[in-house]
Amino acid sequence: MLKILYFASLRERMGRPEEDVSLPPGAGTVGDLIAHLTARDPAGAAAFAHPALVRAAVNQEFATNAAPIRDGDEIAFFPPVTGG
Amino acid sequence: MATIRVQSEPFDTGLELARLLAGRVDVGGIGAFVGVVRGASAADPLQALTLEHYPGMTERALSSIAAEAESRWNLLGCTVIHRYGRLVPGDPIVLVLAASAHREPALAATSFLIDWLKTRAPFWKQEQHRDGSAHWVEARADDDAAAARWDPPFPAAHAR
Repeated sequence: MLKILYFASLRERMGRPEEDVSLPPGAGTVGDLIAHLTARDPAGAAAFAHPALVRAAVNQEFATNAAPIRDGDEIAFFPPVTGG
Repeated sequence: MATIRVQSEPFDTGLELARLLAGRVDVGGIGAFVGVVRGASAADPLQALTLEHYPGMTERALSSIAAEAESRWNLLGCTVIHRYGRLVPGDPIVLVLAASAHREPALAATSFLIDWLKTRAPFWKQEQHRDGSAHWVEARADDDAAAARWDPPFPAAHAR
């Protein structure tokens, strides 16, 4: 199982702050998970419609779409950060 | 060892300065940056700002940024405090302090800390306007450029 967190505009588009998702068969990277969530429902399609505006973290470290994911990981998706 | 805090309540800059100096006489200067919620423009006044963050990752990211500053400059202490939740124009939002024996490392490390924080710490601002509309602030290319100044070879190498 993966724990997926959503923040800011992605949280609003997904309509939830977090969810548990079974590791999709054959999904080995962050990019694979994005493809799965995009194809799953309209909310996912909307949230991930603009790849340039999506950032990811795996286990609380920034990660690229090529980063590997494993069962038990905490994956977060969010827009580019705007703190400070 | 850096002091890192993520909190909704206000911070006391004077108190934090005093904490960096307590019990020591080797500090020659402290660089300070206080970020403040700007009230946007007169034509489009900002009512409030709501800051969201990623509990857990935020503290890790800030600690990692502070550790990077400590590895680049000879610091005698550093403090990063960032607020979250609802803030109004004029509210202090972030405090960065860097203490050193001399001003150059203190000032360079302060600039570095806020530049990296703005592009590497998981915070997001949502603006609420007087007309009731709300929108998420978009990341600025200027901030990426400011952070990239510190990519190696970074310009403040002489300030160690």
